[in-house]
Amino acid sequence: MAPTTEVQARFGPSIPGTDPSAPLLAVEELRVEFRTRAGIAKAINGVSFEVNSGETLAILGESGCGKSVTAQAIMGILDTPPGFITGGQIKYRGVDVLKRSKEERRQIRANKIAMVFQDALSSLNPVFTVGFQLAELFRKHRGMTRSDGKKRAIELLDLVNIPAARQRVNDFPHQFSGGMRQRVMIAMSLALDPELLIADEPTTALDVTVQAQIMNLLADLQRERNMGLILITHDMGVVADVADRINVMYAGRIVEKAPVFDIYAKPSHPYTKALLESIPRVDLKGQQLNVIKGLPPNLTQIPVGCSFSPRCRYAQDVCKADPPPPLYPVQPGISSACHFWKEVRGDE
Amino acid sequence: MSDLVLETKDLVKYFPLTRGILFKTKYGDVKAVDGVNLNLRRGETLGVVGESGCGKSTLAKLLVGLEKPTSGSIVVRGQDTAKLSGEEMRLARRNIQLVMQDPYTSLNPRMTVGDIVSEPYQIHPDVAPKNQIRKRVHELLELVGLNPDHINRYPHQFSGGQRQRIGIARALALKPEIILCDEPVSALDVSIQAQVVNLLEELQDELGLSYIFIAHDLSVVRHIADRVAVMYLGKVVELGKDTEIYDHPTHPYTQALLSAVPVPDPTLRGHRDQIVLQGDVPSPANPPSGCRFRTRCWKAQEICATQEPALEPRDKSPHPSACHFAEERDVIHATQ
Ligand SMILES: Nc1ncnc2c1ncn2[C@@H]1O[C@H](COP(=O)(O)OP(=O)(O)OP(=O)(O)O)[C@@H](O)[C@H]1O
Ligand SMILES: Nc1ncnc2c1ncn2[C@@H]1O[C@H](COP(=O)(O)OP(=O)(O)OP(=O)(O)O)[C@@H](O)[C@H]1O
Ligand code: SF4
Ligand SMILES: [Mg+2]
Ligand SMILES: [Mg+2]
Repeated sequence: MAPTTEVQARFGPSIPGTDPSAPLLAVEELRVEFRTRAGIAKAINGVSFEVNSGETLAILGESGCGKSVTAQAIMGILDTPPGFITGGQIKYRGVDVLKRSKEERRQIRANKIAMVFQDALSSLNPVFTVGFQLAELFRKHRGMTRSDGKKRAIELLDLVNIPAARQRVNDFPHQFSGGMRQRVMIAMSLALDPELLIADEPTTALDVTVQAQIMNLLADLQRERNMGLILITHDMGVVADVADRINVMYAGRIVEKAPVFDIYAKPSHPYTKALLESIPRVDLKGQQLNVIKGLPPNLTQIPVGCSFSPRCRYAQDVCKADPPPPLYPVQPGISSACHFWKEVRGDE
Repeated sequence: MSDLVLETKDLVKYFPLTRGILFKTKYGDVKAVDGVNLNLRRGETLGVVGESGCGKSTLAKLLVGLEKPTSGSIVVRGQDTAKLSGEEMRLARRNIQLVMQDPYTSLNPRMTVGDIVSEPYQIHPDVAPKNQIRKRVHELLELVGLNPDHINRYPHQFSGGQRQRIGIARALALKPEIILCDEPVSALDVSIQAQVVNLLEELQDELGLSYIFIAHDLSVVRHIADRVAVMYLGKVVELGKDTEIYDHPTHPYTQALLSAVPVPDPTLRGHRDQIVLQGDVPSPANPPSGCRFRTRCWKAQEICATQEPALEPRDKSPHPSACHFAEERDVIHATQ
């Protein structure tokens, strides 16, 4: 079916039942597990958060804490089996995506939410030119002709600052440098004018000077288009530069939520605090680096009570018993899953 | 100077570019390391920074003898390694050990921790009598904070940070004076990085080691290094004490590099001098004439294309800087 209105031509079909005043994306009590031979790995254990248009939410945490799996669940690209969503809701403008038909799910995910991956080369098709891949998107989802699609492709490459876009549109992915490929990926993710962009470690594989270029580009695009942006990263420096709000994850749970300025000035969870004390800063000399002892838990055997308790210097007996600490409200906009958040903040 | 433990003189490594399978014809060179002069003193840490492909790992491999220099020399405790006999060479090698980036692939998965850490003693049997080896390995594991009871475990039974400790224990086995660390913490999680960095610092104090610490993370290097060399396309472009490089950089490339480093402090947002570099790093097979940075440099003039700037102190740079227009610019602290 060819798109009928101008709005549809640009943004794709509208989704019935959506409420424009509802949050752009709301994840509620999400649970994901991987059923493997080694046991059941509880990768996501009741994660809830919201993102609105025009804001950048950072999901911060160490390797294996469940950042990518959260993104995969939202995008519907979870590796199933072994991965299964065992509970919770993923709502786009009030509509629970998980309850809609396969076709509607596809519509929402193709047109409203887009994703940029860490490894651009493996997510681009090596046998087609970049221009062809972009034009295909427009043909498939917007009913454009190949030549119109190609024109849009050049505009997009221009938008992400690829020099000589008119010529480069005919190049293959391997002909671009790492930073340029990541730009091409960003161009592709923006092709269908998504309302929400999820960027999973978009600069981790890149040099710092290129990282700065890409982060600036993402921030500009986000502002211009009033998009919602979920930035997934382990880098506390990058987060400080671009995020509005931060969710800190540990072992498949969110342990702290706070606006960016508050979290750096006064963390409310021992894990966040310890992380901040363990990273060296380029503008300081002679810092004492604080060590977080031990390791993150094996997700097939998450400790009872607070999963951070074996590594925590504030831990008491109550921390080592179920139920795990809930996300206590600390202040409007700030919450911490620690029984002793007052001590951590020094508010005592 | 007697406390000089290592020195390189015009060190060069070119990798030939060849065409054809049966009859290889050479059509060029990758100029991976191109005239590097560095020295290392006893007990100090020299940081080497620069972006991907600038030649850091090649430099490390030259220093530990895994690659042969195309030209130039490496002087260890006053002796030119190229002029050493086989036996002297073996002894010199022992003195410099390498700790590599990837604790996941640099350890043989089929060897136990005990085998891995004692392997250097098999290669250099004169260092420790056979009946002493087990005791030595125990001591080494304790030294790097591993449980000696785990001596019979395999690498996959350890975490990334623990595997890096295994690598460090093995590097220490022959009591070297110099340890070369090539991206020793890059593959590790933030919470584990500090463990390894602190361990390296403690070992240095305890054993009087000298380090060459290679990394692309400028924050980690600032933390650990006494002096820093900044590399671009196979050359050192700026060299100085850590405050000279970080607080008073004079080479445009160093300035651009530092200004791109994110600082975990949101109050600095928009208050730092940001230099956004245009374009990509040129190919090391065909570097620009004159100053190799000129194609991306905002200060470049005609002289930059015709005359190669030497790495030396200049009017406005008390420490060595390879830029015709070297001048201080603070890029990491807040401006108004
Ligand atoms: N396909 C899979 N099969 C089995 N387990 C998986 C699979 N994908 C993820 N997991 C498990 O789920 C957990 C969360 O993984 P996830 O990829 O979300 O981590 P992450 O936070 O993105 O880490 P990183 O920073 O390393 O990317 C991990 O412990 C991982 O082992
Ligand atoms: N064995 C080899 N044969 C041909 N070229 C090589 C070889 N080893 C390295 N090179 C090239 O030499 C240059 C320097 O590489 P090197 O690995 O030293 O860089 P690096 O600074 O360590 O980079 P990274 O930060 O990515 O580790 C690169 O262009 C690389 O492709
Ligand atoms: S020598 Fe010229 S091109 Fe090179 S860094 Fe200095 S000003 Fe820039
Ligand atoms: Mg991930
Ligand atoms: Mg390297």
